[in-house]
Amino acid sequence: MQPPRIFVNIGERTNVTGSARFRKLIAAGDYETALEVARQQVENGASILDVNMDEGLLDSEAAMTTFLNLIAAEPDIARVPIMVDSSKWSVIEAGLKCLQGKGIVNSISLKEGEGPFLEQARKVLRYGAAVVVMAFDEDGQAETAERKADICERAYRLLVDKVGFPPEDIIFDPNIFAVATGIEEHNDYARAFFEGTRLIKERCPHVHVSGGVSNVSFSFRGNNAVREAMHACFLYHAIEAGLDMAIVNAGALPVYQDIPEELRERIEDVLLNRRPDATDRLLETAESFKGDGAKTKVADDSWRELPVEKRLEHALVHGIADHVETDTEEARQKADRPLSVIEGPLMDGMSVVGDLFGAGKMFLPQVVKSARVMKKAVAYLLPFIEAEKGDGPQEAKGKIVMATVKGDVHDIGKNIVGVVLQCNNYDVVDLGVMVPCARILETAVEEKADIIGLSGLITPSLDEMVYVASEMQRQGMDLPLLIGGATTSKMHTAVKIDPAYAAGPVVHVTDASRAVGVVQNLLSGNARARYAEEIRAEYRKMAEGRRRGRTDRERITIGSARANKADIGWGGYTPPKPATPGVTVFEDYPVEELIERIDWQPFFATWELKGRFPDILDDPKYGEAARPLWNDAQAMLKRLVEEGWAKPRAVIGFWPAQAETDDIRLFAGEDRKETLEVVHTLRQQMPREGGKANLALADWIAPAGSGVADWLGGFVVTAGPELEARAREFEEAHDMYSSILLKALADRLAEAFAERMHERVRREFWGYAADEDLSNDELIAENYRGIRPAPGYPACPDHTEKRTLFRLLDAEARAGVQLTESCAMWPASSVSGFYFSHPDARYFGLGRIERDQVEDYARRKGESVEWVEKWLAPSLAYDPDEERARKDAA
Amino acid sequence: MTRPERLEALHRLAERRVLVLDGAMGTMIQSLKLDEADFRGERFKDHDRELKGDNDLLNLTRPDAIEAIHREYLEAGADIIQTNTFNATSISQADYGLQALAREINRAGAEIARRAADRFAEETGRPAFVGGGLGPTSRTASISPDVNDPGARNVTFDELREAYLEATLGLIEGGADIVMVETIFDTLNAKAALVAVREAFDEAGVELPIIVSGTITDRSGRTLSGQTPEAFWNAVRHARPFAVGFNCALGAKDLRAHVAELARVADVKVSAYPNAGLPNEFGGYDETPDQTAGHLGGWASDGLINLVGGCCGTTPDHIRAIAEAVKAAPPRTVPTVPRRLRLSGLEPFEMQTFHNQAA
Repeated sequence: MQPPRIFVNIGERTNVTGSARFRKLIAAGDYETALEVARQQVENGASILDVNMDEGLLDSEAAMTTFLNLIAAEPDIARVPIMVDSSKWSVIEAGLKCLQGKGIVNSISLKEGEGPFLEQARKVLRYGAAVVVMAFDEDGQAETAERKADICERAYRLLVDKVGFPPEDIIFDPNIFAVATGIEEHNDYARAFFEGTRLIKERCPHVHVSGGVSNVSFSFRGNNAVREAMHACFLYHAIEAGLDMAIVNAGALPVYQDIPEELRERIEDVLLNRRPDATDRLLETAESFKGDGAKTKVADDSWRELPVEKRLEHALVHGIADHVETDTEEARQKADRPLSVIEGPLMDGMSVVGDLFGAGKMFLPQVVKSARVMKKAVAYLLPFIEAEKGDGPQEAKGKIVMATVKGDVHDIGKNIVGVVLQCNNYDVVDLGVMVPCARILETAVEEKADIIGLSGLITPSLDEMVYVASEMQRQGMDLPLLIGGATTSKMHTAVKIDPAYAAGPVVHVTDASRAVGVVQNLLSGNARARYAEEIRAEYRKMAEGRRRGRTDRERITIGSARANKADIGWGGYTPPKPATPGVTVFEDYPVEELIERIDWQPFFATWELKGRFPDILDDPKYGEAARPLWNDAQAMLKRLVEEGWAKPRAVIGFWPAQAETDDIRLFAGEDRKETLEVVHTLRQQMPREGGKANLALADWIAPAGSGVADWLGGFVVTAGPELEARAREFEEAHDMYSSILLKALADRLAEAFAERMHERVRREFWGYAADEDLSNDELIAENYRGIRPAPGYPACPDHTEKRTLFRLLDAEARAGVQLTESCAMWPASSVSGFYFSHPDARYFGLGRIERDQVEDYARRKGESVEWVEKWLAPSLAYDPDEERARKDAA
Repeated sequence: MTRPERLEALHRLAERRVLVLDGAMGTMIQSLKLDEADFRGERFKDHDRELKGDNDLLNLTRPDAIEAIHREYLEAGADIIQTNTFNATSISQADYGLQALAREINRAGAEIARRAADRFAEETGRPAFVGGGLGPTSRTASISPDVNDPGARNVTFDELREAYLEATLGLIEGGADIVMVETIFDTLNAKAALVAVREAFDEAGVELPIIVSGTITDRSGRTLSGQTPEAFWNAVRHARPFAVGFNCALGAKDLRAHVAELARVADVKVSAYPNAGLPNEFGGYDETPDQTAGHLGGWASDGLINLVGGCCGTTPDHIRAIAEAVKAAPPRTVPTVPRRLRLSGLEPFEMQTFHNQAA
């Protein structure tokens, strides 16, 4: 498995020598359409835009000036740097005079000798641009590795020593030439490029290497499958050798591993010049890959020859958005009315997707991609449908109103469910996140919804769901209610939500792939009643079982539990003092540092692809879905980095601390006189055997009066609101797949950030483990000293402690993270918690607690018992409603 | 002191403390309530156009008034005074029909400031420096004057470069220590100026420190031509300025975040001279010296800046308060920024380097 090294994609379509279409537009003076070409390049992810006007019949200087001036007026395009590309110096200079930013000159060389080279280089530096230097001197273009390196080194010395050019602004282009031409001298060209690149990187510190990749496959014109496979193999080796950027049509690049073994081997024989008959063998193989598209998945365009209905089906099943508008248009012209395209070929294609998904032959990421293609096709047709003033599309199979409940901000799972339902021709009204009960119910009525779906990730959302259910009951509704999200469970649904809504069916949906089946059952006229009854009967049984089960589960009193607290010998122990006490803020944290530390397994789990990473990529069942998802994730990370999408922020702090029973008192100063805040922790109350303690987090802080001065830390990290905004842009562009992908990545980045910060805290900011040196796997396995438990999670399930933490860190102002009324963090991709440094400190689950502790806790926090019971509902060993009912009865 | 001695002193002082720039020139001239006759003087009494408002012309007709303003700022604590040449390029002077005098006005502006600085230094023993100001001109090279024709321009890069070359030569002749390309609305204008400044250095056989100061025009946090602070820095870094910063348009409160952004990315000194708050409904400025100094003192103690002063609406009282507020703070430490290929359009681009995990 080769993780892709990230290299820079330079948009190449605004080049009259490379694009016939662009040349025609410029020649005809159609700059408006030419600008659209530039805009598409940027939208498709080009980080730099190459502009070339070298055409004999054009006034190239004027065309360059006009086009760049027009680009300057388009903020969407002008946001990226420009590569001014010309073989004529006068055109380059005209271009440089139009750039307010810092661009790249492509190119200069020693072709005409040192004099003109130095003069041009000095001018480039004065205009303020980076420069591409070709491996070309007075004797011609360099073909061998040694000559490529010699010319570049000579140019490097001239630029750095004589001109004062910053070496990091130099980009060498050591010439990519065609191989497998049949001419023996050409056989070593690709290998020479790799070797030359390696030598240049060795001899010329800080420089970059670039190249135009499509030259290498010139002999295979007309056989795009082989050409693109060659480009992918070439890039693989060139990037390994040190290539940093390339002018390449990245959209048409297969994944190296996906290239059929036989083809790949023969291509590499050619590129690496491994055997004398390499060219013949590749030609032989290329022939067999050319005509027969079925043999290879590499840029197999044969489906383009199918009838339009089949093309649409193919595009939907394979999630290919490239031609969908053209094909939709063709289908529209064939159809009697635009609506028929949706009802006919598009819906047919989607039912194939639905069938494959149902049969376990397609997986979520692929289905979500199919939905993206579908949305694009429908968006294309909408204006025609409206113009026709016809009816809306065919009656959907049913309408579902979905929402993440009030106080909660997590929506990845909900969005996936929404997409899956839409793919199956259900109409989905998605109200987004933090939606109050009233709005959900009003919308359901207005939209005449058939089902309501609620989602939530944090525990307080459970209560909100119970509330929504009870409101539905009160308002006399009888719509089915679906419950989903990480914090929900069948048990909670059975015990709490189902009883609150006797009038209608309540169903807990464990994952997105089940949603369709559940919805189908609930909306099928005949089966519905039986299905609902079965579910309800099951829930009743579960609830009953739990009630009986609980009485058997013994708890000890809080007093006894405290007597069995963790035994820390404080006498011989000096807690480490943090190297940086107080609060430290990190803005715009380097995202590369986080990408390296991503734990990928949960990422795949988000998409219901379960397995160990990286094994999952080769998994016989999931591999086919996992690999493209992995590639898409890498491509998005690349854009995320190159285009600076993310501005991760963190705030950490350390305060003098002493434990007081189960509380931890934090002080303003080291004299430990003025109290800053009190952190409240909870203690396990299950009976313990074999010398195990009843733990509370406070056990690992030295008690007041012990004479041992201790410290507690805290942190909030976030992937940043920028990614939320970016995901919304994807949604607005009907690209739910990219939105979900980005949110899933943002979650991973936040987790990686929390992990990275904890590591730096141990090594630098608290500094008690300066010598720690753990691999990423060891980090994920938590083989280190100290813990970072998060309020709301097993060791301290009280979400409201986040409010204390946020006050301590002033996290809203400093990290831009806000707490909702349910103590969910917004942006959703955020992590917070406390740092404990004691070597014995470990993660544990609180388990369920008894009323005596709840009353004590309420007193300590200055809140009512009911308030605590509400926030700690999932952790209670008793049912407060039942207790109260019993009391009232007594 | 000779110019080389002064420049050495400038670099030495800048390592030790936050240097203080002066405040608004326009505000001070306005308060003198000069009339048309003052602007014309003897020399231009028959000029065919109104000249009131051509503040730069006062370098020729009322040098005494300009020198007095410089003197006030020096006494208030400014280390660097900026010449009265904001509009002295031939492009801006064309509005008054005085384009032919651009070099002379710049030279005179530098001479006046030089005289004020030298007298002050002689009397007090405190070195004082002259910043030769190059304003933005009245035209922009990357924005169309015609909404219906986005590709149109009313000035070219070369016209700007020639105008700036002439102005810079005048400033050097008159004795400027520093060249200040300032109030940059459009970075392309500034890039033309920076080419011209290097050409002027070649022609005059000197090399002076350059301060590049952009203008964030509103709370969008971008220049008028659309660049973010980091994109702006990437676009001017090649000029190897002595300092980069922002001035004008915003008050200190709103400018802080943008200066902080520059302070993070720029591996040279950082300067800032904000307005005295945002203009009130009469176009005046209400921020008191204490308020402005309160903000800027905070910047200094947070280590954000190396040079600080005031722009529109600030007075010698503001500069006195600022000088007092920053005097105890150490100057910002110039960060070492890793060598990376950094480019920009309206937004920054940074070439990322990755550990090759395959290796």
